[in-house]
Amino acid sequence: MTIDSPVMLDLFLVTLAGFSTGAVGALITARSPNWARIVGHGGALLGALGALTFALAGLAGGTMKLDIPELLPIGGAVFGVDRVSAFFVALTALGAIPAALYAIGYTREYAGRHSLAGMGFAFNVFVAAMVLVPLARNVLTFLVLWELMSLASYFLVITEHEREETLTAGWVYFVMTHAGFAALLLGFLLLTRATGTPSFTEWSAAAARLDLNSRNLIFVLLALGFGSKAGAIPLHVWLPRAHPAAPSHVSALMSGVMIKLGVYGLVRVAFDWLGAGPLWWGSGMLIAGAISGVLGVLYSLVDADLKRLLAYSSVENIGIIMLGLGGAMLFQAHALPGLAALALLAALFHALNHAAFKSLLFMGAGAVLHATHTRNMEELGGLIKRMPQTALFFLVGSLAIAALPPFNGFLSEWLMFQSLLLSFQISAHTINLIFAFGVASLALTSGLAAACFVRAFGITFLALPRCEPAARAREVEWTMRAAMALLALACVVLGIAPALTLTPLEATVFDLMGAHADVKFNLTAVVADGGFGWIAPLWIAAGLVVFLLAVPLSLRLMGVNRRQRSYETWGCGRALQTARFEYTATAFANPFKRVFVLLYRPVKELDIEFHPESRYFVRTIAYYNEGRLIFEDTLYRPFLRMIQALAREARALQSGNVHGYLVYILVALVALLVLTV
Amino acid sequence: MLTEIVIEVLQLSIVMFGSPLLVGVIRKAKARLQGRRGASVFQPYADIRKLLMKEVVISENTSWIFRFTPYLLATTMLLSALIVPVLATQAPLGFMGNIIALMYLFLLGTFFLALAGLDAGSAFGGMGSSREVALAALAEPTVLIAIFGIALRAGTTSLDGIITRFAAEPLLMLNAGHLLAFFAFFIVALAENGRLPVDNPATHLELTMIHEAMVLEYSGRLLALVEWAAGMKLFLFLTLLSNLFFPWGVALTNTPVALVTAFVALAVKLLLFAGAIALVETSVAKLRLFRVPELLAGSFTVALLAVVTSFFIK
Repeated sequence: MTIDSPVMLDLFLVTLAGFSTGAVGALITARSPNWARIVGHGGALLGALGALTFALAGLAGGTMKLDIPELLPIGGAVFGVDRVSAFFVALTALGAIPAALYAIGYTREYAGRHSLAGMGFAFNVFVAAMVLVPLARNVLTFLVLWELMSLASYFLVITEHEREETLTAGWVYFVMTHAGFAALLLGFLLLTRATGTPSFTEWSAAAARLDLNSRNLIFVLLALGFGSKAGAIPLHVWLPRAHPAAPSHVSALMSGVMIKLGVYGLVRVAFDWLGAGPLWWGSGMLIAGAISGVLGVLYSLVDADLKRLLAYSSVENIGIIMLGLGGAMLFQAHALPGLAALALLAALFHALNHAAFKSLLFMGAGAVLHATHTRNMEELGGLIKRMPQTALFFLVGSLAIAALPPFNGFLSEWLMFQSLLLSFQISAHTINLIFAFGVASLALTSGLAAACFVRAFGITFLALPRCEPAARAREVEWTMRAAMALLALACVVLGIAPALTLTPLEATVFDLMGAHADVKFNLTAVVADGGFGWIAPLWIAAGLVVFLLAVPLSLRLMGVNRRQRSYETWGCGRALQTARFEYTATAFANPFKRVFVLLYRPVKELDIEFHPESRYFVRTIAYYNEGRLIFEDTLYRPFLRMIQALAREARALQSGNVHGYLVYILVALVALLVLTV
Repeated sequence: MLTEIVIEVLQLSIVMFGSPLLVGVIRKAKARLQGRRGASVFQPYADIRKLLMKEVVISENTSWIFRFTPYLLATTMLLSALIVPVLATQAPLGFMGNIIALMYLFLLGTFFLALAGLDAGSAFGGMGSSREVALAALAEPTVLIAIFGIALRAGTTSLDGIITRFAAEPLLMLNAGHLLAFFAFFIVALAENGRLPVDNPATHLELTMIHEAMVLEYSGRLLALVEWAAGMKLFLFLTLLSNLFFPWGVALTNTPVALVTAFVALAVKLLLFAGAIALVETSVAKLRLFRVPELLAGSFTVALLAVVTSFFIK
């Protein structure tokens, strides 16, 4: 065992101790669901707090090297930390602390129906694996933890396994995550063979000697593997199924944190392990990001399932992050290291911000689900009056994800715009046009995201409740509200205090790229590239507050009429106002369905049953308007059909006869012997 | 320091008190073009005063969002007035944000107004909200690409920087890209402010409304704030069009003479724009809602052309 920096190691062990306490504690107290719930998630909370301290120490420059050769073959279990790893551990902790707190209250209703001990155990393993993944320093350590993370989350996804759709979602997740795993395994093995070492830290020096073809192949394999975990289109198919099916605190972690570890992998591949590559790596990444962003938000915009809407929106945000990564790669290829660092900074900042607001939104959706037992927006409405605090937190999350000032999503998207606009410093027309495409798609994405979250918040929380449970909804318990409050606070603080996050982030990016980002910032303001663009988020926030106070005050001083009367909503003279008169989520999304009809390809059906006596009387009207999913239809179905056909052919080998199988084994053995000798 | 504060107060007052006049002038010009006498150009002031004197009637279904939105709308516009260089480029609070920040401040107002449209639970409000956010979202790429086009030639996205650069080197404006970017931005300004051919500000039929349908439930002082904010938004958009694309007369130094010149120049430019809008609104009919995306796609193409020409003709 070799160790340096004892404090870091202590913090590391404290973190692991927290998660172990949670995992073991949940199993020991399995008899009492209440205790299992509190001990399991309380342990995770302690572990996550430890992870946060560890990460902050790492961002401050602390290092650690932990080598346990006895634990794993081929190089042993090796852990280390640099700023990049520490940043992703901090991001994990930012999501995991509120998630664990939230889970204490949220899992209460699972008592008696599902094993809370199992949930607590899997939750601790899941979070611990996510904390450890960025710290892994060789192939086997990484892959074991990666698989642990996938399996633990799989078991959490199928918590409500009595429902058919949950099992389907779990199955799709299981298959996709392992397809991604296979791509990673292949990429890692090729890279290990080519460089002669399984140790991550030695790759960046050795990779420069590889020939272009094998580097291209390894890049594609690793990008596919990490891209499928991140949920980039067209590898996203598992995400909108698995994330909504999981319990909400797990959805929050999967969308807020786990997919960011895919981003972690992409960052390592693009800027550390493989070194600078040909231009198409960066262009490909940027274009894939632009497509993921626009299509992700378009799917999110028409979905009536509150949690699936949020899951699609994660696809969108991964797209935005990939825009930044691709931009950084292109800048690097054109020898503009300052701008490359700026683009990467924007991408990492957005990853952090997304962890905050997406976790918040999933927890808000979870609170709605908890209170009304439905995720269908068409049945919700009016919850702002019955769950005022949840509504406020969800509103903060919506504003942040719609990139509106003065919240955190705005600041990172603003930085992203600056870095993309600065691309005119590259003098290559094709690349310029690719960046222009990136700017346009980022603008469209953020505009559509604003529309999407007007719809999500407006239909769910405003106007009249559309069903009985929504009308009887009650505010959720304090642990859940406290978790959401923490994240809402994070959305505000990250949005108005740039120096707080940009200082460690800049150092992180510097460590990775060896160049300072073209950005200056202090407590209140950010200036990109020597005055190309500037922003003072704290001042904007202060200005908003000042005017919000000044406007009503001056109206009062002017002596305007302050009388106010309540009356029913105006409705063209109809007699009664009911929730049936309200605009629905489907209607709200209709303009988008019509404009982007090429993408949605909706199938419309209208069945009207008339009265037998006269066509002027209608008995029933049935209206279906379903969108189709073109990626599933065009990409995955033909592939699945092919696999099924192959499987049918392969059935001929399965005789069920033991003697037959013995023959197969003998043949395989002989073949292997022949091959190796 | 004192002069800077004076300038900031001046700019804010011009936007605050000038915006109803701008609305009045457009209405008057429209009336004249249509062969009517029209109301006085000062009618919008009287309207706002009347609304402030009336009691507010609020739907029983609404929440705090509905009551909060008019104040937030006015706030975002007032804050924008501090950032936009109305008279001078040396605005002391100009450091608060560049043109991108400004566009997102406008979007913040749109976001809340769309929520308020949904809040009363009427089908009209929801319809207006849905259409408004659809148009705002589709206009967004044009806005950013037009900004890209400007930034390419000016080398900056700061409002003051763009004006200073173009004022110093007028030749930069003699570029096809500049005119194309201007046209794209003009169409977006029409769409964002609910003018014809996208939305008819004078309509009385709920089913064709966009902006007006969203604010259908407002009355009294809340409606006064909404209308005033809409006027300020139009004023700010036209000021941006005037000063970014035709920066003649904008005060580059803070001398009284320069400021007076800037005020006169702004008045002339806004008058021309008001005339142009009146002309457009008299000569074209409102587009069918699902035709509007085609208009916006057209303006996006124009903006993209502006960028492309800038790459090739440096």
